[in-house]
Amino acid sequence: MLYAILCYNSEEVVFSWTKEEDAQVMENLAGVQARWAASGKLGPSARLMPTTAATTLRKGDTPLVIDGPFAETKEQLLGFYLVDCEDLEEVLTFCKELGAVNPGGAYEIRPLHYFSNGSLPADHVAAPERVTA
Amino acid sequence: MTDLAWIDAALTSARPQAIGALLRYFRDLDTAEEAYQEACLRALKSWPQKGPPRDAASWLIMVGRNAALDGVRRKSRLTELPPEDAISDVEDVETPMADRLDGAHYRDDILRLMFICCHPELPATQQIALALRIVSGLSVKQIARAFLVGEAAMEQRITRAKARIAKAETPFETPGAVERSERIAAVAAMVYLVFNEGYSAGFAEAEARAPLAEEAIRLGRLLLRLFQTEPEIMGLTALMLLQHSRAKARFDADGAIVLLEDQDRGLWNRDMIGEGLALIDKAIRHRRPGAYQVQAAIAATHARAARPQDTDWAQIDALYASLELMEPSPVVTLNRAVAVSKARGPAEALAMIEPLAEALGGYFYFYGARGAFLLQLGRKAEAREAFGRAIALANTAAEAGHIRQQIDRLTADAAAR
Repeated sequence: MLYAILCYNSEEVVFSWTKEEDAQVMENLAGVQARWAASGKLGPSARLMPTTAATTLRKGDTPLVIDGPFAETKEQLLGFYLVDCEDLEEVLTFCKELGAVNPGGAYEIRPLHYFSNGSLPADHVAAPERVTA
Repeated sequence: MTDLAWIDAALTSARPQAIGALLRYFRDLDTAEEAYQEACLRALKSWPQKGPPRDAASWLIMVGRNAALDGVRRKSRLTELPPEDAISDVEDVETPMADRLDGAHYRDDILRLMFICCHPELPATQQIALALRIVSGLSVKQIARAFLVGEAAMEQRITRAKARIAKAETPFETPGAVERSERIAAVAAMVYLVFNEGYSAGFAEAEARAPLAEEAIRLGRLLLRLFQTEPEIMGLTALMLLQHSRAKARFDADGAIVLLEDQDRGLWNRDMIGEGLALIDKAIRHRRPGAYQVQAAIAATHARAARPQDTDWAQIDALYASLELMEPSPVVTLNRAVAVSKARGPAEALAMIEPLAEALGGYFYFYGARGAFLLQLGRKAEAREAFGRAIALANTAAEAGHIRQQIDRLTADAAAR
């Protein structure tokens, strides 16, 4: 089974860490990740930029672009994409195309600070029953 | 990370909101600061045992408020002291607090706290020192170190600045839209002052002052979280990130200044560049250009060039041209001339700065640039004279050293012939 792990913390606190504290945490994390990557279990991981760099696209007939992160609580996180785009405009174009065929909700766009591919095989199916199907 | 380090980070990040709210409540900066201090002491006692509260800022505001009220009662001896645990119990404190604290206030609380540091009567250095003390919570010792002055002198400077704003009228009513945007602009300028105090330091002071640049970036992000749709705040934060991304490449091993085109771009901080570019991207969509956005766009054009020769100088020339319209100043024109010399040649650049001689007659960079343009045009005697005046006007040993190198090269050329 594939699992996604979503990391939450107070960004005001995390971005108040000194450079040394931040580097120490990242180093400790890398140690844990390396062991799990070596066993072939770790897929892509990423560190997002602060929410100040976020933009939200509210889907609809006229999609609405809002500065800042997704702030509603009545919708839940159902999935995510990772895209390599030229700029925000291009990401928004992709999101609008997605939104046109999948109405309702919103997309929160977060630039990445860091990305690693991990060690999972390229085509991994999430649900085991699909393998036998 | 240890418990204490975590608590320290939590207190630091909650500080502006907590002091801002306490200031609104007590309308007196000293009382607000004392109340916050008291709340921090109690947090250090209570959090390691009971665990951190869900909302650190609200906890500090409530506990600080109760502690200060106790203090007032104690002084006036009107009532008996309430039992200690009536205020320090987390569960008791947190539930009613959520109702009593008006979330909508807190943006303006923080803005007000930052705004009182920008009092126009305070000289720039006092504004910076005050903001670092009150908003950022740096100790007097840390600030004194960054300004390279003694602790006692800095203490006095901050006390004087505080006395001055205590006499001034602090605006406590909720600001209207126009006033709010004026405050945002004043606070943005103050944050950029803090940044420049850290960034414009020479090599010798760079290490002591680097925290100022980092603190300014933190304040920029804070402002941006409060005012998410302000393109100029995006621009300001982007500008600081992009400039600070080059910190490691700006000085060589001997402490001499390394010009942008000679810097090892591998030393530039990619995280900061990425975040800066993302913010400019957001800002541009608003189509409300401003001076911070344009300056950030100029820094971004440099950041995007993998090698100096890949720099889009025509773009930088155009950006400086729009900056000249927004904020006309001889220094902006001088900077534009440097881009012009790359994009269109030294003759045009020289013609562009000739009219600035009077305004910038005492400015090191003017003669440095003039000398460089003259040198490119082969007018060596005039170049040497310009460089000589630049050295006489240099502010730091690194600046003088850089110009002296150019003169030495000229001298070596002459000797070789």
